[in-house]
Formats: sequence, structure tokens, C-alpha cells
Amino acid sequence: MNERRLPPVTQVGMLSLSLIVASAIYLAAHIPQHVPLTPSIALVCASALALAGIMLALSRVDGFAWEAFFAVARWALLAYAVVAGMIEYVFLRNHTSGGPLVLLTLSLVIFALDVTVLISFTVARYAD
Amino acid sequence: MAQASVTIADAPLGPPPHDVPLERPDFQIVPLAGLPIVAAVLALTIAAIAVNDLWPLMFLHVVAGAAWTIIDLFLGFVLGPIMGKLSVPARVEFTTRLMPKMVLIMPTVVAVTLAAGWQLATNMGTNQSGFELHGWVVASFIVVGVMAVIALGLLEPANIAVLTELKKPRPNPEVVERLMKRFIYTAGATGLMQVATFVIMTKLATA
Repeated sequence: MNERRLPPVTQVGMLSLSLIVASAIYLAAHIPQHVPLTPSIALVCASALALAGIMLALSRVDGFAWEAFFAVARWALLAYAVVAGMIEYVFLRNHTSGGPLVLLTLSLVIFALDVTVLISFTVARYAD
Repeated sequence: MAQASVTIADAPLGPPPHDVPLERPDFQIVPLAGLPIVAAVLALTIAAIAVNDLWPLMFLHVVAGAAWTIIDLFLGFVLGPIMGKLSVPARVEFTTRLMPKMVLIMPTVVAVTLAAGWQLATNMGTNQSGFELHGWVVASFIVVGVMAVIALGLLEPANIAVLTELKKPRPNPEVVERLMKRFIYTAGATGLMQVATFVIMTKLATA
């Protein structure tokens, strides 16, 4: 099987997803006590950087199948935006507010983008 | 049902049917007929969260969680080994019938399990840090978190990608084989982790 050399999108994407999940677990484990936000902020920032890094690396790949990538991405993003929205609603329903809400919302946005990129990349890498 | 002709070369199992056209059923990557059912399940979940009544939350969490667990275990340890022993045409046909359904079922059961589960825990007070078995609850967050990362980061992309590959006029059997292996192995890994979920959830339920 002839494969183009591609950046490690799946590996770094999994890392980004893991960091965001770790941040959410950290916040959820402290409810309803006061949560020191610094570890969560660090995890969210690291996750966002990893996601930005793989998109930057992908943008530099010659001949990458962007058409296939975006064809999948728009539907995957819609699906995972619905999932993320449902989880966000649970937090709002339970009066989560302030810093934890901002961090959880950012986490859900990155989560939806991470999954979208992972699915779209896996399809596009095998596109003709 | 419409049939499409697929040429499978270098098949990994059995006598290689070089350049022998195989029949594969026509299929939708995302079965549109299933979308209203998914929408109804998600709407029910949102309604249950809004009402915050114990029974619907328990029902949705247990049913979706049980479906997630059973599907993972069944795929990883029963269907996976069977699929590995099927002939290539049988495997292609089985894949095109099973995987589109998984595209809808898996994200739905995961989302419902997590959303209803969090609201249920809030209702019962089991996600509060003062709960006597809080350590077990945090352990369940970690197990579910790891399973979600594997399912969403590896399993779901493999599912979509294998279907996209099979939609092509000439699918690459090596790509299909690689993605199917990834799908079955990750389902098996999450199936193993589901055993930890059994331990934690039965402990919490009997607390």
C-alpha cells in the first residue's frame, strides 16, 4: 500500500482528546467544592495547542485530500456539536457557572473539533 | 437491493481471488432512516434531564450504558473473531450491513449514557465530593473517559473510513482490512474496560 508521509494527526489528536477529557474529569471530580482552575486551564491550553499544531502540520502537506476532509468534517462537526450541546445543557441545567463553565464549554468545543478532525483525517488519508 | 461490482485483489485470507469482481450491496454510510430514531432518543434524553425525575434518568442511563457495554463486548469477543474467519466477500457484505448501523448507534448510546448518567448522579448526589464512595465515582469518570477517547478517537474514525473506502468503485482491500482490524481491536479494548465499569457500577448500586 503506497502511503503519503503525513504528520501524526491521529496520535496528536488522541493526545489532545485525552487532555481535554482529563480536564473535564478533574473539574467533575471536585464538584461542588471550589475548584482550583489552574490545572484545568493548563490542560485545555495544551489540548488546544495540540489541535492547532496538527491542523497547521496538515495544512503544509502537499496534495492532501482537503475536499474529502471537509466533506466528512461538516457532517461530523454537526453530529458532535449536537452531542457537545447536550452535555453543555446538562451543566447549565445544574447551575454550573463562572470559571468552571467557561472551561467546560471550551473543553466541549475542542472535544467536538478533535473528534471531527480525527474522523475526517482518517477518511481523507485514504482518499484517491 | 442494488449491487456494485468490487474488485478485490490480494485478499488477506484464503485463496486470493485476484481481480475477481465481488458483489457488494449498495449502502448508505449514514443510514438516513435511522436519524429520526436518534433524534427521538436524544430528545427523550434532554426531556429527562429537564424534568430531572429519577426513573427516566435511571432508565436512559442503564439502557444506554448496557447497550454500550454489550455492543463492545459482543463486537470485540464474539463478532470480531467470527469476522476474521469469514471469506472476503462475506466479510465485505457483513461489513456493509453492520457498520452503517454502528455509525448511528455508538455515538448515540455514548452520549445518552454520559448525559443521563451525569444528571442521575447529580439527582442522587453521588457525584458530590462528600459522597462516601466518591473515589469509586471518580474511578468511573476515568474509565469512561479512557473508553470515550478510544471510541471517539480510534473506533469511530475507523468505522466511517472503512465505509467510505467500501463506497469507492475499487476499494483497496488492504485499507479495508487495516481499518476493520482497528475497529475490532478497539472494540475489544473498550470491551475489556467495560468489565471495570461493571465492577464500579455494581459497587455503587449496592452502596
